[in-house]
Amino acid sequence: MPEPMGFYTDTTVCIGCKACEVACKEWNQLPSTNGGLNTLSGDSYDNTRQLDGIHWRHVKFVEQFTEDRKDGRWLLMSDVCKHCVHAACLEVCPTGAIIRTEFDTVVIQSDACNGCRDCISACPFGVIEINPASGTAQKCTLCYDRLQGGLEPACSKACPTQSIQFGTISQLRDRAQKRVEQLHHVGETRAYLYGADEKMLGGLNSFYLLVDKPEVYGLPPDPKMPTRNLKSGTWFSVLGAVLVGLMGVINFRNRGAGLEAREERP
Amino acid sequence: MNTFPSSTYFSVPPDWGWLIVFYFFFGGLAGGCYFLAALIDLVGRPEDRPLARLGYYIAFPCVILSALLLTLDLQRPLRFWHMLIESNTYRLMFKSWSPMSLGSWALLIFGIFALVSFLGALVEDNRLDWPAGRRVRPPGVLGAVIAGIGGLFGFYVAGYTGVLLAVTNRPIWSDTPLLGMLFVVSAASISAASMILLAHRSRWTMAGLAALHRMDAWVVALEFIVLIAVMISLGPVFRAWLNAWGLVLFFGVIVVGMLIPLALYWRGEWLGNRNATTTAALILVGGFILRLVIVFSAQGV
Repeated sequence: MPEPMGFYTDTTVCIGCKACEVACKEWNQLPSTNGGLNTLSGDSYDNTRQLDGIHWRHVKFVEQFTEDRKDGRWLLMSDVCKHCVHAACLEVCPTGAIIRTEFDTVVIQSDACNGCRDCISACPFGVIEINPASGTAQKCTLCYDRLQGGLEPACSKACPTQSIQFGTISQLRDRAQKRVEQLHHVGETRAYLYGADEKMLGGLNSFYLLVDKPEVYGLPPDPKMPTRNLKSGTWFSVLGAVLVGLMGVINFRNRGAGLEAREERP
Repeated sequence: MNTFPSSTYFSVPPDWGWLIVFYFFFGGLAGGCYFLAALIDLVGRPEDRPLARLGYYIAFPCVILSALLLTLDLQRPLRFWHMLIESNTYRLMFKSWSPMSLGSWALLIFGIFALVSFLGALVEDNRLDWPAGRRVRPPGVLGAVIAGIGGLFGFYVAGYTGVLLAVTNRPIWSDTPLLGMLFVVSAASISAASMILLAHRSRWTMAGLAALHRMDAWVVALEFIVLIAVMISLGPVFRAWLNAWGLVLFFGVIVVGMLIPLALYWRGEWLGNRNATTTAALILVGGFILRLVIVFSAQGV
């Protein structure tokens, strides 16, 4: 059994080249948007816009500039499925199409998915969408086929700055922690790791080094499992059923005197 | 950018649209009508049996329609059976912690109960020659068991959809644990309303109809309380309804579907003979708009 594998993305060295996006699309043979006739989003240099069924990698461009644009910075981040240890999508999938692999990654089996879209609403990161070509929910597989062949995923292989690093989770966590310490040492005290420990959904097998709040990067500060509402929701429903049942029994067993006048109506 | 009322705001909508709104409505009708029919069969008077038959007559077509709507909503409808059987191994597919998995099974099993009771109602109405059919409805042990278990499944089908929405990460849906309760209570109110409407259309004047009318008023009052509880439990996410959807919810559901029907019930003389039917029609409209607002408003966030 291989060790859990994943990505560590150091956003401080991402240069926004989108080589990861291109490599992902090429390897996974994902179609282009709009038949290749892309439109500009008007949102910085981001024309991919989001992760979805045909974009399994997405480089985010967050502009933080003063109003006169004399001072500021870009936050760049290559986003991808987090391959959560406690995966919301896998938990709710009613067909068994979503599986955990021997590499501790989360993969949607396209031949089993029937497009119910429960996983789309369950993912706290908004990663999954329907691929119109297959009519099934799709997302990053962490290049499951390449991993089985002993290769590293296409995106991390293509990344020219080692912003995206692939390896075993234990190695990546060590490396990331050292990088945070290095950044703190040189004065970048805002640097921290997002999702690198078990507190967040049991640990994200794709975790990040960030230098601002998660929501600035479009990441939820406190992602949760969808089943958190299962027990309470079920018990409240049972309470509703019991109350309605009682109302039914009272009304059909014990008819009040005031009803007689109404009963006369046609 | 940094002021999101909940971490649920980072998920994306599943694009559940009109088919799901109609499914929630007809699924609620199916489960609720069966439950009411079973209740009348079990605790009502013999003269109320036509009302129970009416409930079974509504429930079965609605459950068939529900299954069709759900299948059509799939991006790959021909793979609907993957919900029940694992396509790779041909083993039974069942996840007790996934409301959609559990709901698929519940719908199938409830459909069988709805069919049996539907046939039993046809037999009693002398529209079907099936001697054993007289035993599938109470009185009698077999009939009581079928009505009891079928009624429970009916309520499950009516309510699990609310729990399913809660077991996601979408704003509104997963920010309250009360949607299942709201859907259960609303299913009872729209089901009683639909039975009252159809019974009046047949010019029935049985005592059970008045009891159903009164029960419906109680249930709508409960539904109003549960909806207010939902709004409070949303906390800061309630802001998501401070828009056109909030207006539709207020006027379409609270005013048209709850407050006016309650006022009409309270002041029974206002519309004379048409009081019960008008009340029922408004409750049905409100119940539909409730599902519409809940499905669409959470996806527009």
